[in-house]
Amino acid sequence: MAKKKFVVGCFDNEEILFPAVKKVRTAGYKIRDVYTPFPVHGLDHALGLRETSLHTAGFIYGITGTATALGGISWILTYDWPLNIGGKPHFALPAWIPITFELTVLFAAVGMVYTFCYLCQLAPFVKKHHFHPRATDDLFVMVIECTDKTNVDDLKGFLTNNGAIETDVQVAEEGWWWGRYDKDDEKTLEKEIVAA
Amino acid sequence: MHLKYESQLREPLVYGKKTYHDVTEEIIRPIEAKPGKLWYVGFYIAVALLLFGVYSVYRDVTYGIGQWNLNKTVGWGWDITNFVWWVGIGHAGTLISAILLLFRQGWRTGVNRAAEAMTIFAVMCAGQFPIFHMGRVWLAFFIMPYPNTRGPVWVNFNSPLLWDVFAISTYFTVSVLFWYSGLIPDMATVRDRAKTKLRKYLYGIAAFGWTGSTKHWQRIESLSLVLAGLATPLVLSVHTIVSMDFATSVIPGWHTTIFPPYFVAGAVFSGFAMTQSLLLVVRKVYHLEDYITMGHIEAMNKIIVLTGSIVGVAYLTELFMGWYSQSKYEGYTFWYSRANLFSPYGWSYWGMMTCNVMVPQIFWLRKARRNLFITFFVSVLVNIGMWFERFVIIVTSIYRDYLPSSWSVYYSPSIWEIGFYLGTFGLFFTCFFLFSKYAPVIAVHEIKYVLKTSGESYKSNMGSIEKEPVEEFAHEYAH
Repeated sequence: MAKKKFVVGCFDNEEILFPAVKKVRTAGYKIRDVYTPFPVHGLDHALGLRETSLHTAGFIYGITGTATALGGISWILTYDWPLNIGGKPHFALPAWIPITFELTVLFAAVGMVYTFCYLCQLAPFVKKHHFHPRATDDLFVMVIECTDKTNVDDLKGFLTNNGAIETDVQVAEEGWWWGRYDKDDEKTLEKEIVAA
Repeated sequence: MHLKYESQLREPLVYGKKTYHDVTEEIIRPIEAKPGKLWYVGFYIAVALLLFGVYSVYRDVTYGIGQWNLNKTVGWGWDITNFVWWVGIGHAGTLISAILLLFRQGWRTGVNRAAEAMTIFAVMCAGQFPIFHMGRVWLAFFIMPYPNTRGPVWVNFNSPLLWDVFAISTYFTVSVLFWYSGLIPDMATVRDRAKTKLRKYLYGIAAFGWTGSTKHWQRIESLSLVLAGLATPLVLSVHTIVSMDFATSVIPGWHTTIFPPYFVAGAVFSGFAMTQSLLLVVRKVYHLEDYITMGHIEAMNKIIVLTGSIVGVAYLTELFMGWYSQSKYEGYTFWYSRANLFSPYGWSYWGMMTCNVMVPQIFWLRKARRNLFITFFVSVLVNIGMWFERFVIIVTSIYRDYLPSSWSVYYSPSIWEIGFYLGTFGLFFTCFFLFSKYAPVIAVHEIKYVLKTSGESYKSNMGSIEKEPVEEFAHEYAH
C-alpha cells in the first residue's frame, strides 16, 4: 500500500483547535483528519465534511423491514397455508401491526449498524494507524497530508504558533489492514522524524 | 469561546476540578486494577446461584415441567411472573439511553452505560422462562417462522405470544447494538492505555479499530440518534406486547384495556429501581461519586415516584372497573381474590400495594430523594413490589376459574421453580460483575462531552459571565 507523509499537530483544548483548523485550511493545507477523544460538535463543519446520510440508509432498511413483514405474513396466512383461526379473516392486518413494527425496527437497526461499520471500516481485528495514543484520551490530533511541495518545518512552526502543544512528522500507510494492536512494539510502521 | 452555555443554577453533572485525562483515569482505573475481595465474594455467590439454576433447569428438561408445582388452573406461575418481572427491569436502560437522549437530558451520560448493560442481562434472564416453560425445549425453534416439512405449517402471526417472540428478540438485538456501538470508542480508550500485550490484543479486538476520526464521530452520533428514535417506540412496544399476552385473553383480571400503559409504567418503575440499587453499589465500590452524583440519584427517584404513582392509579382504576362493570367475575377477581387481605392470595396484593404505591411516596420529600439509605431501601422494596404485581396479576386471576370443582390446590412453587429464579439472579449478577470488571461502567466519551458545559470547575468560571449585562453577554456568546 502507498505510504504517505503526514504532519501531526496535537491540541489539548477544543477551543484552540477550532481557530487552528480554520487557519490551516485557509493557508491551503489539506487536513487529512482530526482525531478526537469525544464528539466535538461543529468540527465536521469546520473541516468541510458533508453531512452523513446514514439516517437515509436507516430509513431504507426500515421500509425493507416493513415490506418483508407485511409481504411475508400476508403470503403465509392468505396464500401459502391459510389457517382458520376462530373464523377470523385470513387477511388480519390489525393483528400484524406488532410484528410489522418490530421487523421495521430490527431491519433498520441492524442494517444501520452494519452500514456504519462498513463506512467507518470498523470490525474486530481491523488495525489502523494511530497518530497519537492520547487521541482517545485527552488530545485533539490534527493530521495534515504532505505533498512534495510542503515545507514540513514551516508547517510545524505554523501549528505550534496556532496552539499545538506537540508536533510530529509521521509516515503511515493509508487505510486499514488486518492486524493486532499487541504487535505495536514490533514497529510495523517506521516512524521517522525529519531533521532540519 | 464557549461552545455551549449552561446556567450555573443547574447542578453540575460532574463534580471536582477535572481535566479530560482525569475522567479517563478515574473511570478506567477500576478495570485495570485487580478486583477487590468484595468483587470475588460477590462473583462467586453469583456463579453458585447460576450453577444451582443450571441444575434446576437440567431437572426441568429431564423430568418435565411437572416438577414445578403448576396445577390444573395455575398453568402460569413463578415462571411467567419472573419472565415479566425481568423484562420490566430490562426497560430502564433503553429508556435512559433512548428517550432521555431524544429529550436532551444531560444527566443520562453518567448512568446510561450501566443501565444499558443491565437491560441486556435482564432480557437474557427473561428469555429463559418462556423458553423452558415450553417443556420440550429442544423444539423451541418451532416458534420461528421458517419453511418446514410439516406442511409447511407456519406460526400463528395473529397470536400475542408470537408477537412477544418478535418483540423480545428485536428488543434484545437493538439493545445490544445500541450498547456496543457506544462502547466501541471507550474500548479504544482502554486499548490505548493498555500496558500488557494480552490487554492490548483483547481490547484491540473489542475496539474494532476505532481511531476517533471526526467523520466517524459524526456517523456514530447520527447512528445513536436514529437508534434512539427507533428504540423509543420499541421500548414502549415491548411491554405493551407483553401486556397483550394477558389483555387479549378473556380471563377476569387480565381482560382489561388499561394493561399496555400500566405495564409500560410499571416496567420503567422497576427498571429504574433496579438501576438505583446497582448504581448505588457501583458508585461506592468504584469511587464514582463525582460522576454518579446526588443529582443523578434524585432525578431517578423523581421518575420512580412518577411511575409508581401512575401504577397506583392503574391499580385503583382496575378496582373501580371491577365494581363499575358489574361483572360478577371481574368483581370476584378484583375485590375478593385481590383486595381482600384474608383471601388466599390477599397478602400478595397488599404487599404489592405497600411496596409499589405507598413506599415510593416518600420521594415527594427532597431530603428523602437525596438520601442514599432511603433510596437504596426503597429501590429494593420497589423491585419486590413489582414482583408481587406480576404474581398478583397471574396467580390471583387463574387460581379460581369458572368451575369451582377445579379450585383445588393452593399454588406454591417447588424448590426447582425457585431454583430456576435464583439461577437467573446468578446469570444476571455474573454478567454484571464481569461487565463492571472488563468494561467502563460509565460512558467515558459522553462524560468528556458534557464536562466543559456541565462540569463543576467550568461552571464556577461561568459566574463572572452571568454577572455581565444581558446585552453584552448576548453579543459575545450568541451564535
